[in-house]
Amino acid sequence: MSDATLAPRRPRFMLVDKPSVLIFLAALGILTLVVTLLSDGMGTGAISTSFVKTLGKTLCLCLVAIAMDLVWGYCGILSLGHFAFFGIGGYAIGMWLMYERTRLIVEESLAGAVLPPTPQEVSDAIAVQIFGVVGASEFPPIWALAHSLPLQLAAVVVVPGLLALVFGWLAFRSRVTGVYLSILTQAMTLALSLYLFQNESGLRGNNGLSGLQNLPGLDDVPQATLSLWFFWASALALALGYLLANWVVSGKFGNVIRGIRDDEARVRFLGYSVEGYKLFIFTLTAVIAGIAGALYYPQAGIINPAEIAPIASIYLAVWVAIGGRGRLYGAVIGAGFVSLVSTWFTGGQAPDVNLGVYTIKWVDWWTVLLGLSFVLVTLFAPKGIGGLVDLITERRAPDRHGADLGPDQGSFREDEASKE
Amino acid sequence: MPRQTYWEAAVTFGLKTLLVAVTMLFANLASAQDLSPLQTLLQEHREILEKSSRRTIGPAIDAIADSGLDAAPELLSRWQNKELWQREEDGLFFYTEDAGKDAEGAAQLRLIDIGDGSETGLAPKSAMDQLKPNSGIRGMIGAALVRFQLSSPDAAERIEALDAISRDPEASHLAALSRAIDNEPDAAIKARKERQHRLLQIRFAEDTATRIDAIESFAGDLGVDVRAALNPLVVTRRAVAETLPEDPDIAATLTPGSAQLTRFEAYDMLVKEGLAPPLIDPAAQKAALEANIDGGAVAGIPLEELDSSAARDRAYAVLVTQGAVEPAATLAQIDAILGAHVFYERYTAAEPRVVASALATLVSIDRSVAINQVIDLVLDALSLGSIYFLAAIGLAITFGVMGVINMAHGEFIMMGAYTGYVVQLFIPDYTLSIIVALPLAFAVTFAAGVAMERLVVRWLYHRPLETLLATFGISIALQQLAKNIFGTQARPLTSPDWLGGALVINDVVSISYIRIAIFVLALLFLGLFLLVMNRTRLGLEVRAVTQNPRMAASMGINPDRINMLTFGLGSGIAGIAGVAIGLYAKVTSELGQDYIVQSFMTVVVGGVGNIWGTLLGAGLIGFLQKGIEWFNPSNTLAAQTYMILFIILFIQFRPKGIIALKGRAAEA
Amino acid sequence: MMGASLAALGAGGQAMAQDCPIKVGVLHSLSGTMAISETTLKDTMVMLIDKQNEKGGVLGCQLEAVIKDPASDWPLFAEKARELISNDGVAVTFGSWTSSSRKAALPVLEELNALYFYPVQYEGEESSKNVFYTGAAPNQQAIPATDYFLEELGVEKFALLGTDYVYPRTTNRILEAYLKDKGIAEEDIFVNYTPFGHSDWATIVADVINLGEDGKKVGVISTINGDANIGFYKELAAAEVSADDIPVVAFSVGEEELSGLDTTNLVGHLAAWNYFQSADTEANAAWVEEWKALMGEDRVTNDPMEAHYIGFNMWVNAVEQAGTTDVDAVREAMWGQEFPNLTGGMAVMGTDHHLSKPVLIGEILEDGQFDIISETDPVPGDAWTDYLPESAVLVSDWKELGCGMYNTETETCVQLTSNY
Repeated sequence: MSDATLAPRRPRFMLVDKPSVLIFLAALGILTLVVTLLSDGMGTGAISTSFVKTLGKTLCLCLVAIAMDLVWGYCGILSLGHFAFFGIGGYAIGMWLMYERTRLIVEESLAGAVLPPTPQEVSDAIAVQIFGVVGASEFPPIWALAHSLPLQLAAVVVVPGLLALVFGWLAFRSRVTGVYLSILTQAMTLALSLYLFQNESGLRGNNGLSGLQNLPGLDDVPQATLSLWFFWASALALALGYLLANWVVSGKFGNVIRGIRDDEARVRFLGYSVEGYKLFIFTLTAVIAGIAGALYYPQAGIINPAEIAPIASIYLAVWVAIGGRGRLYGAVIGAGFVSLVSTWFTGGQAPDVNLGVYTIKWVDWWTVLLGLSFVLVTLFAPKGIGGLVDLITERRAPDRHGADLGPDQGSFREDEASKE
Repeated sequence: MPRQTYWEAAVTFGLKTLLVAVTMLFANLASAQDLSPLQTLLQEHREILEKSSRRTIGPAIDAIADSGLDAAPELLSRWQNKELWQREEDGLFFYTEDAGKDAEGAAQLRLIDIGDGSETGLAPKSAMDQLKPNSGIRGMIGAALVRFQLSSPDAAERIEALDAISRDPEASHLAALSRAIDNEPDAAIKARKERQHRLLQIRFAEDTATRIDAIESFAGDLGVDVRAALNPLVVTRRAVAETLPEDPDIAATLTPGSAQLTRFEAYDMLVKEGLAPPLIDPAAQKAALEANIDGGAVAGIPLEELDSSAARDRAYAVLVTQGAVEPAATLAQIDAILGAHVFYERYTAAEPRVVASALATLVSIDRSVAINQVIDLVLDALSLGSIYFLAAIGLAITFGVMGVINMAHGEFIMMGAYTGYVVQLFIPDYTLSIIVALPLAFAVTFAAGVAMERLVVRWLYHRPLETLLATFGISIALQQLAKNIFGTQARPLTSPDWLGGALVINDVVSISYIRIAIFVLALLFLGLFLLVMNRTRLGLEVRAVTQNPRMAASMGINPDRINMLTFGLGSGIAGIAGVAIGLYAKVTSELGQDYIVQSFMTVVVGGVGNIWGTLLGAGLIGFLQKGIEWFNPSNTLAAQTYMILFIILFIQFRPKGIIALKGRAAEA
Repeated sequence: MMGASLAALGAGGQAMAQDCPIKVGVLHSLSGTMAISETTLKDTMVMLIDKQNEKGGVLGCQLEAVIKDPASDWPLFAEKARELISNDGVAVTFGSWTSSSRKAALPVLEELNALYFYPVQYEGEESSKNVFYTGAAPNQQAIPATDYFLEELGVEKFALLGTDYVYPRTTNRILEAYLKDKGIAEEDIFVNYTPFGHSDWATIVADVINLGEDGKKVGVISTINGDANIGFYKELAAAEVSADDIPVVAFSVGEEELSGLDTTNLVGHLAAWNYFQSADTEANAAWVEEWKALMGEDRVTNDPMEAHYIGFNMWVNAVEQAGTTDVDAVREAMWGQEFPNLTGGMAVMGTDHHLSKPVLIGEILEDGQFDIISETDPVPGDAWTDYLPESAVLVSDWKELGCGMYNTETETCVQLTSNY
């Protein structure tokens, strides 16, 4: 391509590009430091291990929300299937965790046998331990690589990437767009979760993979410490993910994908390979989602197919919408805010409201509130929580008297147009 | 039924005279209590009656049935209906009736003598034990009652007897049934009797020619009962010998290593027959090695080196040369042994002529069964398709025509179902309640749809993706609201009796009336949709507004009003679909969830904006799912998975669906 | 190594004992698909705790229920269990319905050495140090019911229909092995799995009817779970399948599930449980009356409720006996603990953490209740089934052997923790 002629006008050093990146990284750093100092693992205990895990998981959700924002907020593809990639990442790492932990248990118990066990006996015993609960005793072929951490780690990246590549190539090639693409991605994640629900999938069906929080060989390390390690890893992944996403949306590439979002046909007529750009973003975000999943599930401890049911991916879109599309920190705020508030309400911590005639129990009414708040946000605050930032920075959209910049009015493009 | 029951029955028969004598003696002794002969008979079998187990109850039933007492048939049938009770203090048996409560409020029973049917006073319920014959015993009682019922003046009893015969056919039924055919007044029952008679002949007739005639008379018959009578005649047993016997009852020879008989199975048969030495499997090998440990080593190989199967084989081979263990058979030996024997299947259940005729009849039956199974599959697929169509038709309007992604569509279906449930709370008559529920469900969801359109959807007409999110929010809010109001339990929505049951065309092809009703309802809605869209002013205006709202507005049409009405119509139809779906499945707050994704796919596959497309889409999905299920009947989930995969691929190649709109309408 | 860390954690747990009020965790889904069944159990626990408080509580302390909603989401069971134990400091937790959710919570329970009561019939093949199983193991429900089919009903051909998850998979595997043991040929066992909430039953019911074509008596053993039963029974009734022709025995259908159905056409079909509401004892009459007074006249009682009733009362007695709520002391006091069943007789807690209870078989009546037609003597629950080769060699005995998975062949403890 003619990069040289279209050289960027601004310096390409990404940190200077936007102050929001620096603010975000600083906030994340402070959060990590505070949580570390107050955590159980450091002996202070002001923040319980379970809350550290919750925070660590929330950071992973923020990461996948960034992926969602890239693909939807910046590229205009409303994917309702990104949790499928998230789940695949979890399954990939889960298989190794489960295999390795069981292998250690089995080897320990077989160590006392008169004859030293043959490799076949060890493998059989592991299979019985893992698949006994679903009525099988043999390793399905899909577990062929489960013994190797590097290979399964590679799978965390490669499998979601490949799936996204194939699916995206098929879908974009046949020009499936807009709502149809959303329904198609939803069908993809539904098909995957239905497939995994079957025992024949070889991944323990509905039961899923469990016991993932116990790292093999690290039985002596208490969960308080482990949870902190994972928290750090999640924070690091989030920081790197943020930088990567920011780099992608900056510069010319970012302009092109935003252009695709606003008017795909126009960008195509300008000579860009729209499908190529979309495919790249779709695949990249799938890989990010896979990594986020691989970090999330060892903290959750269990993964099962219900995790990747279509509703999870819709929630993902809702987080991004609530946080504010088209700005990376918006996605982070949305995912963090909604999932933490949700934990608070369903955990029974929220006090009941006594109205005299009726007592509102938040466990019963929280979902209603959540649902209505989606409606209110879409109707009255299309910029989401991130829109508040604009109030502070007093950045106003140029008054265009309501004229459209593109076909999809919801995409919040006026503001960005003013920035470019 | 196990053989020992017959045997025990035979013993009872043999000792009948002795028993009668004992009975008389007992009756005399107990004359102070004035026991009826029937009561005496029951007292004699008191122990097995109290135990109430199918395996031991036989003698008691036979004794009562053979007693020749007039009251015996009634006793059997009331016992079968769980009306026989036993008084705890003296173990006497009575029929009982509910007699309300006594002064202290304890339940009482009126006791009725089993001998003469006279009332013998009241007893507290707590002092009585009910005899509870399980369904196995009830079947035996039914079989014993057959001879009394076959010629009963009551047609219902005769049918009951025929049911009992078909459940537990016995040799004795054949003679009884032969006697009861000629005097049968009712033509339908007579036909059943004759058919049943021929079935009994297949099983029990002594004369081979009669059996063969009976068998051949059923050629092409679809009844499960016919197959149930014929299949036992053609069962085979596997056997092995050095040379194939020249008997006429050999069904087939089997080759080891074929699909019918694996080499392993074949060898296993030989081992069981004692014709070959057992194979040494890894576990047996390990046990043998462990038994021969000598100073930390087996056959000179140190224990810690025996961690592979190769090393274990080596050690075992050494042990064999030392003579410590049996040699394991080598592949060549196994081949030789298998080759020296012939494996075959032999008919065991009947003589060859009967088998041949049964086989021929079964071939003719199988052919017509196969054809009918295909018909049944088609019916099932049509039914499933019509359910999907019914669920999707509202969506075909809101999504297909207006382009609004309504994720709360499933919840409108749910609201319709709950409306049906609430109506049934107030109107206990099921027929009337359905008649009320259908329009009411339409009204409720129409109102909900209009409200949603006014408050939410109209602000988002240009932002379809955001409509998706907003309506999703409404969807989860409505679901939780339903939980808060109706609780999390499934609620009953019962269909009226005339919708219960199934249309049975033959034993293979049948379809339940409720599914037919759904099919008819789906067709009605298709007609209604076409009528409204093509023949009414509303339809014209809807089409105008969806194609070009500004132009429509300038022609004097109020687009707001039209959008509102269209959306209400689509939602209202979803409500009616909800009543129908609730009738056939369940009413829970998650009802809508089960249909939403499928509904969208139906519309998308069919082609947005065209009702015929939706119809084809629903049909395609229904047939596809049933077709895949047919290939893999033990896993329904697989069918759904592959169906969705197919749809994904289908949309790649026909992104606009089966029926793609062309021209200007497509751009709207 | 693992034991040492467990002991260390256990010692940490002791410090919490005897703080008033004593907290009792309740971990049942109040939302999501399983809420249908589990909400009732939450209400049962609240009722039991209130009743105990009226009697003066335990050890002079009032009890306080801490209710969390894991929302039918297996990973949330792990998260909420950790919150209950480490944040709220509960002395004991009553919870779970599905095996998947129990297995999700298990690693946390074992890590933090907590006490958990699981009230639902399940597939066995597990005996955790930290869980007391008050529901039926397969030998207390599935095996006796199958015997009843074989002996009393003379069934020669079996259709095993189940929902696709752990419990039906494992139970059907055990039953297949058991039936083959009893001389039933493999081709006479038809197995079918359907997803949760399945509603299209026409084909499956037709297949089952067609099984009768070789003249053998057909019986259905149903492990279909939850609301899928409604569609199944409606289709069964529509096909006019009489219980005399093809009897159906269900392991997951109780009074609660039947209350969503018109049972007129189902009269005579069977269910096997350890409790039915129709049990004719004074204790049960009082229990039913109390429940209806609290929840409404149209509510019914069921087997898992009785399991909680027994479990809770045993725990109360064990705490009184131990004089502390300390987990290790209470566990020891639980072994051999006796409490009267609502159906008469004594339930006894074994050292493998399973109850000894009678097995009842009931026929469905027109009013949605069950007519109890068979009742056995108390059967001790067997954690490891005798009918699968790999678990026949295993036993559990926490008192003598101190192991829940002890291999009697090699005379070693396979592992102290459980398979998740």
